[in-house]
Amino acid sequence: MPDLLLELFSEEIPARMQAKAADDLRRMVTDKLVAEGLVYEGAKAFATPRRLALTVHGIPARQPDLKTERRGPKIGAADAAVQGFLKATGLTSLDEAKIQRDPKGDFYIALIEKPGRDAIDVLAEILPVIIRTFPWPKSMRWGARSGKPGSLSWVRPLHAITATFGLETEEPDVVKFSVDGIETGQTTYGHRFMAPAAIQVRRFEDYEAKLKAAKVILDPQARKDIIFADAKELTFAQGFELVEDQVLLDEVSGLVEWPVVMMGSFEAEYLAIPDEVIRATIRNNQKCFVVKDAKTGKLTNKFVLTANIEAADGGKTIVAGNERVIRPRLSDAKFFYETDLKTRLEDRLPKFEQIVFHEKLGTQAVRIKRIERLAAEIAPLVGADVAKATRAAHLAKADLLTEVVGEFPEVQGLMGKYYALAQGEDASVAVACEEHYKPQGPADRVPTDPVSVAVALADKLDTLVGFWAIDEKPTGSKDPYALRRAALGVIRLIVENALRLSLMKVAASALAGLSVKPADAQKLPSDLLTFFADRLKVQLREQGARHDLVDAVFALGGQDDLLMIVRRVEALGKFLESDDGKNLLAGIKRASNILSIEEKKDKRSFDGTPDPALYGLGEEKALAKAIGEVQAEAGAAVGKEDFAAAMSAMAKLRPPVDAFFEKVRVNDDDAKVRENRLKLLNEIRSATRAVADFSKIQD
Amino acid sequence: MDASLPAHMRPERSFQGFILALQRFWAEQGCVILQPYDMEMGAGTFHPATTLRALGPKPWNAAYVQPSRRPKDGRYGENPNRMQHYYQFQVIMKPSPPNLQELYLKSLAAIGIDSAVHDIRFVEDDWESPTLGAWGLGWECWCDGMEVSQFTYFQQVAGFECAPVAGELTYGLERLAMYVQGVDRVYDLNFNGRDGDAKVTYGDVFLQAEREYSKHNFEVADTTMLFEQFKMAEAACRKYLEAGWKDGKREAHLMALPAYDQCIKASHVFNLLDARGVISVTERQSYILRVRELAKACGEAWIHTEAGGAA
Repeated sequence: MPDLLLELFSEEIPARMQAKAADDLRRMVTDKLVAEGLVYEGAKAFATPRRLALTVHGIPARQPDLKTERRGPKIGAADAAVQGFLKATGLTSLDEAKIQRDPKGDFYIALIEKPGRDAIDVLAEILPVIIRTFPWPKSMRWGARSGKPGSLSWVRPLHAITATFGLETEEPDVVKFSVDGIETGQTTYGHRFMAPAAIQVRRFEDYEAKLKAAKVILDPQARKDIIFADAKELTFAQGFELVEDQVLLDEVSGLVEWPVVMMGSFEAEYLAIPDEVIRATIRNNQKCFVVKDAKTGKLTNKFVLTANIEAADGGKTIVAGNERVIRPRLSDAKFFYETDLKTRLEDRLPKFEQIVFHEKLGTQAVRIKRIERLAAEIAPLVGADVAKATRAAHLAKADLLTEVVGEFPEVQGLMGKYYALAQGEDASVAVACEEHYKPQGPADRVPTDPVSVAVALADKLDTLVGFWAIDEKPTGSKDPYALRRAALGVIRLIVENALRLSLMKVAASALAGLSVKPADAQKLPSDLLTFFADRLKVQLREQGARHDLVDAVFALGGQDDLLMIVRRVEALGKFLESDDGKNLLAGIKRASNILSIEEKKDKRSFDGTPDPALYGLGEEKALAKAIGEVQAEAGAAVGKEDFAAAMSAMAKLRPPVDAFFEKVRVNDDDAKVRENRLKLLNEIRSATRAVADFSKIQD
Repeated sequence: MDASLPAHMRPERSFQGFILALQRFWAEQGCVILQPYDMEMGAGTFHPATTLRALGPKPWNAAYVQPSRRPKDGRYGENPNRMQHYYQFQVIMKPSPPNLQELYLKSLAAIGIDSAVHDIRFVEDDWESPTLGAWGLGWECWCDGMEVSQFTYFQQVAGFECAPVAGELTYGLERLAMYVQGVDRVYDLNFNGRDGDAKVTYGDVFLQAEREYSKHNFEVADTTMLFEQFKMAEAACRKYLEAGWKDGKREAHLMALPAYDQCIKASHVFNLLDARGVISVTERQSYILRVRELAKACGEAWIHTEAGGAA
């Protein structure tokens, strides 16, 4: 079966957009083929800075024919109806129609055959539409045609379209169409500098090979492999080690069609700058890799660059040029770093009085004061020294005003630590300057130093409570202040450090520190708690745990100790995996269901202790006894925060509950007996509420 | 490169030769070679030959040097390559020709950058000017890891769609010349290409000016006067725009250029106030918006002039 080759040749496509664009092209073309009844065998898409390419192989040469039947008028119907039928179906006379027998009267049937079209014609129709509607994140117009409405938008000017279709054994045909004046053909171009001439291509195999001969590596993965392997080898040969960087590798491979890896160096004096700053300088501005000494793990004065050309002089000029650019950049970075060291962090703070954190939440200076107060309050709860936590909160944001962080925002916090250490701060205080931002996401490390934990919690809770107070909560996909991440951070800080903290109390305290007084201040902490519950569910779901159990625990009310909530959920989860758990859950649900039906019927609840005198059957007595024991035992276990033991105690309810439902009819004819039995069922429900509300658990 | 040039006029020998080479190259591509606009501005884009001429349907190809004033970038002549006054070389071609990238690469060859030994790259860099209400897509052009030019396809200027689109190139002249001459400090650039006593450096021409203007921009510039000037320029711009509508009908405009001068003025005064540190973060945004409103109104006036394509 024939194959399709499609190439869209343009001016340089931004590196960050290439992978998605290749994927979009493959998806859009193949989806459309399938929708047109053309089921293909395989497809692969590629991108370089100057082209998007797609090969789809094994496309049927023709669409299958479509046969449809159309019901016509009854035999003997009025002539107008017959004529209408003939016109609609394209039949010349009723002789061409079939007759369908039917007890309600026989009628005519027209068989309409829609012959499938040649795949190449279908392609000529769908490809221009895909090009015109391609989902670039940002696209533009260009050239003379941009003066008229309806001109093509592409990521950068599009110059040529290659589109061929045919069998491996034959000369393929060009899929003929044009988009905004660009006619399809079989001509593409090689490397911009090394092989700029036009190349005639037939199909994917010769296309890829001819491009390679013209110094273009089509496959981004192949370019990555080359860069990575060459960079490793080059550094290894000199006794060093490449600092691997996947994100940079992805970007760099999207900036070249023919990667040529080379190594340059800079003056060793710049190694006095912190490694992270050197790396940020070289990586962000120059898109080069840094190199470390394998023994010490420290950076060396080397860097690895990826050029797009095999230069006539072997790359000497290119290496020298890159060194000339990196030198002043490092010189700037060193100057910034040394300038920063001259000012103590606390001396920078007055400037925060001029910087607005949020219009309604005041300046950064005010915010820092709030975090200090809250950190001091949280410190004893997490085992941190109050003075150190206060000091850390005082200094933690100061590095935002340093030159280095101004230049490289990604080293915020880290520079705070360096500067704090340089001015002789306590090690925990310095570390907290860095760690109070953590954890930044689900994969980030959670700090364990109590001082870091106290400031990290204070920072995040101040943010959460603040934005809650001014009603800037996340909605749908919008979360401009990253409040979901902050909440997840609080959860992880508490749970992974096994901290005991009443969130309601801390939130209320954070609220008291705010100058804005929201109208529903009373409700705010519990509202925020619901948000935490939702985040906890999301997190458990991502870990593959049952998130419905969170609802079951929160339904008990008054639960604001995240650690205990998680422990309850864990014990509950484990219990529900056992047979006892499953059966008891079934029993409890049955009891709940009966109760809610009867409660509705009688318009009353069945609270209150059952009367032992009304027990008529052994199963009732046994159940009542078991409930009494379980309540005492589970209650004691919960008191000791041993939720597993509470669950084992509850497991003892299973046999009497099962026996009760087997032998006892709840809706007894005697109203008193019935009421008593319903009260007994209610007792099961309340006994099990020691750990969770089982009725909220999904089956 | 033109081999017939005398040594002192070669682009790799002298700053002035460098500029002349670029001017000659673009003249050969059919551009009108303009002289700098006679007002202080932050970038060559502000020149009406770019901002206003980018609007409207009429073809327009021009190239010129524009002194660019960035009061905040002054370093008292102490930084090797940051200055409050430097030169941009600006090319605008409307509509953007299909081979604009090739022309650009040829222009590099004309100033001595050989693409066989240098690594020349087009790296994504979208351009946006909040004060001009303008944006475009394009690249920063790299030579061996150094940004040497900005390449933009204008999509919108002064809040109006560009139809057709103009291609704009901006060369940072000093930086490129430093690279070609092989010097690390801008003030060491050979300006006139002569040797010995006859040699004039960039520092001879501009170092004193950098020191004086840095002091002026950061320490002394009269802020009371500047605040007043901003208001005056803004009011004058609006007044000329209002008075420029022919017969009071919004069909034809007769004074877009004088009005736009006041917009340029307001923008530069704002930059000076910003350098003096007397504009707070929140005020800053509102000043930018005020200049943008002027630029938009000027753009609207321009498209109602003859050169702007009005019938």
